[in-house]
Amino acid sequence: MPAVEATTPTLRKTALHSTHRQMGAKMVDFNGWEMPVEYPSAGGIIAEHMAVRTAVGIFDVSHMGDIRLAGPDALAAVQHISMNDASRLAVNQAQYSALLYPQGTFVDDVIIHRLAEHDYLLVINAGTREKDFDWVQENTRQFDCGVENLSDDFTQIAIQGRKAARLLQKLTDADLSGLRFYWVTYGTLCGLRNILIARTGYTGEDGFEIYIPSDELVSARVWQEILEAGAEFGVVPCGLGSRNTLRLEARLPLYGHEISDTINVWEAGLDRFCRMDKPEFIGQSALALAQASGTKRTLAGLEMIERGIARDGYKVLDGVGRELGYVTSGSYAPFLKKNIALAYVAPEFSALGNILWVEIRGRGVQARVVTTPFYKRPRTV
Amino acid sequence: MSYPTDFKYTKEHEWIKGDGKVATIGITHYAQDSLGDIVFVELPKTGTQITKGKTFGSVESVKAVSDLYAPASGVVTDVNAELANSPEKVNKDPHGSWMIKINLQDPNELNSLLSAADYEKFINEETAH
Repeated sequence: MPAVEATTPTLRKTALHSTHRQMGAKMVDFNGWEMPVEYPSAGGIIAEHMAVRTAVGIFDVSHMGDIRLAGPDALAAVQHISMNDASRLAVNQAQYSALLYPQGTFVDDVIIHRLAEHDYLLVINAGTREKDFDWVQENTRQFDCGVENLSDDFTQIAIQGRKAARLLQKLTDADLSGLRFYWVTYGTLCGLRNILIARTGYTGEDGFEIYIPSDELVSARVWQEILEAGAEFGVVPCGLGSRNTLRLEARLPLYGHEISDTINVWEAGLDRFCRMDKPEFIGQSALALAQASGTKRTLAGLEMIERGIARDGYKVLDGVGRELGYVTSGSYAPFLKKNIALAYVAPEFSALGNILWVEIRGRGVQARVVTTPFYKRPRTV
Repeated sequence: MSYPTDFKYTKEHEWIKGDGKVATIGITHYAQDSLGDIVFVELPKTGTQITKGKTFGSVESVKAVSDLYAPASGVVTDVNAELANSPEKVNKDPHGSWMIKINLQDPNELNSLLSAADYEKFINEETAH
């Protein structure tokens, strides 16, 4: 057993950092942030994962970044830097999208919220905060539109699971029953006025993400009030470990794994979030060429047949040991109780039911190509 | 969690309990706590020769995979088959959930390993920095 890496004092912290520590969370370095990976008090990753799938769990996701684009040309600016069609957004609606390099690969994936007529909020990944902000600023200079980095202004808490709406409704006057998935509203929440509440998440469940001021005392109080209000629903605090297994079961991409600056939109299978028919955007012409020439690799879902867990970076092989691709994410899937993985392989090997081998510690372990998402929530909401 | 004083320990967080020529091997409380939920334990077959300091198997949690290092050399005489279907027992009772038993090549090899007190001192230093 090698030693577990120690955390260094230079890591960035969210406003809930001391709350996590007090609750006994295990902290790790995640892209330069000291974040909870699991809460032993909640039972650890598997228990947290199951709580979100069957009841409700809460996550501190304040490390995510926020960029606001506001001004007369805000829509044109957003359209230029993102692949989805932001002109289809009504005020208070949100969409999954991505910022692309000219070659059609990923700067980052984002959720774009339309807050007002000429006012958009982009929620971005923690590890790409500075890169994203520079990129957005650099590529929107020609537009009459302000670009503001609000990343340090919010404590962002995700409340996820089929009981999330019942929990959150106890704490706010906003009507959550009327709020559809990927829409936002405002309300008084835990006594704080005009709080942005988005029905979004990264778990494959129904849920919400709330944006409160990043004041430490306020953040700690809201976190506690959510836990207290959720006690009757079995709420647990969750860390990044279960966030990862939840998003993997739901096949939601993670930057640096399924998407990166060397992977394009078609390879990642994010076609339905990329509108080639909208006005010009960065990456569009390269994607048109790539589309015409056909993709050389595609993201496949794998389920291990033999015992063994495919981990990020492991090679995918054919029956005679020839290398076909590599694993981008792999784990034991706590809800499905199977070992699953996502892997880039040549399209001819990605047919459903196809048998492949993952090289696990020098040995080929059999896996089958399966349909994704591995987990789909029952549509009762 | 206390560390049994009749066990010896490695800096890679295995424990070994010697009883004459025979020794029982597992991983420590600190190891299981660092790993989190254990979902798979891969162990050698009976009859396998293992060598002190070399890997003899692996343990996988949801988060990560870790090699198991042999605290001493010998031939595997027994494997805890229960862990194949219930790997979480290592989390629940790390010092009771043994992994393998070996016939020691040289019982004196255990003398160079850490005592319970030395091991606790070692992990306290690991946690502190």
